[in-house]
Amino acid sequence: MLLKRILIGVAFILLACVPLVFSSYNVGLMGQFLALALVAMSISISWGIGGMLSLGQGLFFGLGGYALAMHLKLVATPKGELPDFMFYNGLEHMPWWWEPFTNPGFAMCAVVILPTLFAAFLGMVVFKRRITGVYVSLITQALVLAFVTLLNGAQPYTSGTNGITDYHTFLGIDLRTPEFRNQLYFATLVLVVLCYLGAKAFLTSHFGKVLLAIRDNENRVRFLGYDTSDYKIVAFAFSGMLAGISGALYALHKGTISPQMIDTSHSILFVVWVALAGRQSLGGAILGAVLVNFLQDKISTLFPEGWLYVMGGLFVLVAVYMPKGIIGTLEPLLSKVFKPKLSPRVELQKEQA
Amino acid sequence: MIALEQHDTKLRMRSRGIFFWGGCRSVTIVFLLDQLVNGFSNGSILLLTAIGLALSFGLMRVINMAHGELLMIGGYVTYFCTRVMGPENFLWLAFPTAFVVTALLGVLLEFLVIRKLYGRTLDTLLATWGIGLILQQGARQLFGPTGVPVNAPSWLSGQWILGETSIPHVRIFVFILAIVVLLTTIALISKTRFGLNIRAVNQNREIASSLGINTKLIDMSIFAFGSGLAGIAGVGMALISSVTPTVGSSYIIGAFLVVMLGGMGSLWGTALAALLVAMVGAIASSLTTESLSQVVALVAVIVFLQLRPKGIFPQRGRSLEEA
Repeated sequence: MLLKRILIGVAFILLACVPLVFSSYNVGLMGQFLALALVAMSISISWGIGGMLSLGQGLFFGLGGYALAMHLKLVATPKGELPDFMFYNGLEHMPWWWEPFTNPGFAMCAVVILPTLFAAFLGMVVFKRRITGVYVSLITQALVLAFVTLLNGAQPYTSGTNGITDYHTFLGIDLRTPEFRNQLYFATLVLVVLCYLGAKAFLTSHFGKVLLAIRDNENRVRFLGYDTSDYKIVAFAFSGMLAGISGALYALHKGTISPQMIDTSHSILFVVWVALAGRQSLGGAILGAVLVNFLQDKISTLFPEGWLYVMGGLFVLVAVYMPKGIIGTLEPLLSKVFKPKLSPRVELQKEQA
Repeated sequence: MIALEQHDTKLRMRSRGIFFWGGCRSVTIVFLLDQLVNGFSNGSILLLTAIGLALSFGLMRVINMAHGELLMIGGYVTYFCTRVMGPENFLWLAFPTAFVVTALLGVLLEFLVIRKLYGRTLDTLLATWGIGLILQQGARQLFGPTGVPVNAPSWLSGQWILGETSIPHVRIFVFILAIVVLLTTIALISKTRFGLNIRAVNQNREIASSLGINTKLIDMSIFAFGSGLAGIAGVGMALISSVTPTVGSSYIIGAFLVVMLGGMGSLWGTALAALLVAMVGAIASSLTTESLSQVVALVAVIVFLQLRPKGIFPQRGRSLEEA
């Protein structure tokens, strides 16, 4: 346990050193990966600990990302004019629901509140009706498909498949300078650490234990008198919130947000990051997101055609051979090596047994 | 003619970009009929896709996300058959070839991957999604990202004129195909010895095994049969839309919803659900746009699952927890 904590601490310190060592481009890349680590963490909470596999995490990610990107786009548009894509699509007035996003405070609140509320609502709809397991996955997948279809179809309002692009300032700061990249990197790292600690506290509390129990046997927990759906809804909403924050950070790092970053295949990719490293470990989710994205970056620059094969292979590998992920597979080995010392009497009892 | 004009206005409105909430467009009966005919044929493809899924999902608890890609392979097989047999007679070759090719792929898939994952439904979902990605990318590299066209033979290219509306023969053909496949599958499961074995394994694997049924062989053959049906669905699909590497994945999510809506393992439920989803989609698309109507259909299914979380025809059992 102590060893694990030390390892995680060292990992965070190493991550903090990234801007000192790497070039500005790579720092930007790492920042993106860290932003994505948050959505991975959100899946680890809902799936690994809560037992609810959402294949539609892109929905919450997208809500957060679009909420911030809408604000950034409005800032990038000269006063009194319409954002360029609205103009190209023949819109004459700004839709009313775009208006409030001119206010940065509103946009940032929306980043947190919109996905949380939506996740809570969805959780209410699904878990109160005792829809469980793979049904939840298929329903969330269908929802993210519906969301992406809506985004693509409503081009004058959402810029369609192109997504929202061409924004360069955030709160008056230019996004493209290397200094800002470093600052944004640190800000992301701090946010990731905070979310990590927050989620840890959330999960080690009584609440987290009930959640774990629900994952392992929901009916028994129900027989003990808990209303399990409430616990699941709260966990799902929390997970949605993290995904929303992740989306907003990603939109800042990447400089664009589009339906391709949200759609069903991307949403399921989020899940594989988590599955690869170990679904039950929050730190593992961060590791998985950074690792797979790093691989993707390297492989897709070397063999642009090959990445999809690697990714497909990864899915099969994880599902067939490593259902517990890297960390889940290594942990028993590690704990064998670093066996806690037992008192002599216990050792003796063990030998006799 | 009127229907064409309607369609034209719809297109124009779309290009002006004010299509979104539809405006107040008058909906004529003819236009609605056209949409219903489209709905029937989309429903047929949906049903053809969903029957195979209902077998693997309903009987074996395997989520086969690569099912859509098997559909796509069926489509490419059809394309090859048009090259080999010419534009008139290719269908007679396409059906058996597509069935055999995809069924063999199904056997391979079951043997290499699925077999190791029984009882781990979510893992089957992830693994088969990965396989689907590989197959898609393979098709993209072999045939290019744009689609290959398959033209229906001349004896299917006519139209059945019905007053002011007309129904293309291809769509009727696909509808009949779906019905035939549905009835054949139901007969196979409920009337034959093989079907009896399948049901026995589904109800109680241990007892079935102790009575001398080779359960592994049954598993493999259900999966192969379901995959073969995907191939046949692929032939039908090729007749009404062009074959692209990603064509299968556009059907798969809808097809899964149909299986859920129908109730696990109930083929009649699946058929009814496919029809319902397609009709809701068709009616919605006559009122709004194509993309919005898809959204409406998806959301309608989810709302319906609120009313009946186990689908239209749920399988009743006494166990508290679902396997």
